[in-house]
Amino acid sequence: MTTLLIAEHDNSTLNEATARALSAATALGGEIHILVAGKDARAVAEAAASLAGVAKVLLADSDALAHALPEPLADTIVALAAGYDAFVAPATSTGKNVMPRVAALLDVMQVSEVIEVVAPDTFRRPVYAGNAIQTVRSAAAKIVMTVRTSSFPPAPGGNGPSPIEAVEAATGSGLSAFVEEKLSTSDRPDLASARIVVSGGRALGSAEKFSEIMLPLADALGAALGASRAAVDAGYAPNDWQVGQTGKIVAPDLYIACGISGAIQHLAGMKEAKTIVAINKDEEAPIFQVADYALVGDLFALVPALTEELKKRG
Amino acid sequence: MKILVPVKRVIDYNVKVRVKADGSGVETANVKMSMNPFDEIAVEEAVRLKEAGTATEIVAVSIGPAQAQDTIRTALAMGADRGILVQADGPVEPLAVAKILKAIVEAEKPDLVFLGKQAIDDDANQTGQMLAALLGWPQGTFAAKLELADGSATVTREVDGGLQTVKLRLPAIVTTELGLNQPRYASLPSIMKAKKKPLETKNAADLGVDVTPRLEIIETREPSRRTAGVRVGSVGELVDKLKSEAGVL
Ligand SMILES: Cc1cc2nc3c(=O)[nH]c(=O)nc-3n(C[C@H](O)[C@H](O)[C@H](O)COP(=O)(O)OP(=O)(O)OC[C@H]3O[C@@H](n4cnc5c(N)ncnc54)[C@H](O)[C@@H]3O)c2cc1C
Ligand SMILES: Nc1ncnc2c1ncn2[C@@H]1O[C@H](COP(=O)(O)O)[C@@H](O)[C@H]1O
Repeated sequence: MTTLLIAEHDNSTLNEATARALSAATALGGEIHILVAGKDARAVAEAAASLAGVAKVLLADSDALAHALPEPLADTIVALAAGYDAFVAPATSTGKNVMPRVAALLDVMQVSEVIEVVAPDTFRRPVYAGNAIQTVRSAAAKIVMTVRTSSFPPAPGGNGPSPIEAVEAATGSGLSAFVEEKLSTSDRPDLASARIVVSGGRALGSAEKFSEIMLPLADALGAALGASRAAVDAGYAPNDWQVGQTGKIVAPDLYIACGISGAIQHLAGMKEAKTIVAINKDEEAPIFQVADYALVGDLFALVPALTEELKKRG
Repeated sequence: MKILVPVKRVIDYNVKVRVKADGSGVETANVKMSMNPFDEIAVEEAVRLKEAGTATEIVAVSIGPAQAQDTIRTALAMGADRGILVQADGPVEPLAVAKILKAIVEAEKPDLVFLGKQAIDDDANQTGQMLAALLGWPQGTFAAKLELADGSATVTREVDGGLQTVKLRLPAIVTTELGLNQPRYASLPSIMKAKKKPLETKNAADLGVDVTPRLEIIETREPSRRTAGVRVGSVGELVDKLKSEAGVL
């Protein structure tokens, strides 16, 4: 079996999601190649080449691939298909965008958001917002899957670098064009891989209050910031902070939910956290059914007090 | 401009889903079913384009059992003009749904297809992308904003790092994100009116599509359950416990 793993990157750095998906790819057995498709992404290819267990890195370089547009990216992957039995990508917004396109072109079903590789053709994946776990087997000649990164540890680096080979980039026939990107820039840890996440909900009431209450807590803990969908919809927090069934799936050591009720769609994104703290004024809030530590009361008093306590104890 | 909107009948998002004890699936008997929430957003977007005079006709399609007619009627009550039910009694996977939709697109020749980004039962997040691939069309997935002008669609997409805007040549596929709009509730008069709108029934074989599942579902199990922990009396006690008991600080 030979597996092609699609790298997640921004043309300059390799995202940790790739090393996590590599752990899933490794569980398939067989040889692993990583495809770095982008523009001037040599540094990314070099980082990929040093990951443990990677036999070869393929570098597809072109203007059309600069922004991971799905049409040229899928065509680039499918052009390589003859040499591979499995296609793996992390279930990031890029992976979710392109891999079903690849699967359809290969006439196979994609296995989405794999959380466990049971055997090279058998996988576990959550359905119904994580309220059920399915075990599925694929009889297809080729496997196409996306990997839930929070379920796999990152594969280590430090491999004696494997060779980097240039491959043809597809053009995508001009079906779509990149217009612009508005990416959040922040010095905070990345939400998807942070060790501690603090999340705020609708209860924060405004973007100003969200910042005033939640940011100092995140700073005191060196934590990433998250939010419920209600907080995102109300404009208190940017969309890329959304945790849940349809947002980011996180599994940090510590998750602190502030003023979040605990709808199943939210729980789907954070219930694998090692330790959950919930702060909510309603002692009946469903979030308390999954919380290890429940603090019942007004978040506008409790969160600043918690921040002070953490600072005091250092 | 014609818009096709595939709508899926799923267990209502407010229902607490129960897994059957024998591992054969989830309990669907006597469970409230509704239109997939992302598809309501897709219908709403199409209806707004019709109200704005940009779209001329909206066709809602559902692939599923006879009861999926109700889902189509909901779309008609929201403002779609007519419906197509492709009747299928067993589960139909995203790849087969995409193939059925491709056949319908070839017959109906829409300029745009609006799908939900994800069905909240299988959480697959595949069908729109697959349909785009099969048709050779561009795709704008996870759309939070959509603008149409001169044969193209400009889609602002919710991506992991923030927002990305792309311009698609029409015809194109768009899949909806929660932030795109707030879907309307159908009024009683429009529900009554929807009963008279045309709804045609087909089956997959007529369209030449084999819907035999490609993935074998071996079992469906409950996830490991978390249990409620303890209530702490103060922030001081919380920090103590996080340090000594949980060891996460
Ligand atoms: C298809 C679909 C997908 C979805 N996907 C997601 C998703 O990925 N992620 C997600 O989060 N949601 C998602 N949702 C939305 C979800 O169903 C809930 O509506 C949302 O999570 C609620 O957010 P919330 O807990 O912030 O708000 P609410 O449910 O309004 O809860 C606010 C909480 O704050 C508490 N509170 C109020 N004031 C205070 C105070 N002063 N101090 C302390 N506590 C206070 C209240 O007791 C309440 O529990 C989805 C919904 C649908 C239909
Ligand atoms: N059986 C179906 N009937 C109609 N539309 C469907 C069906 N299955 C999927 N879709 C469409 O495809 C979207 C994504 O579904 P999925 O790929 O299953 O997550 C849904 O939001 C619908 O718009």
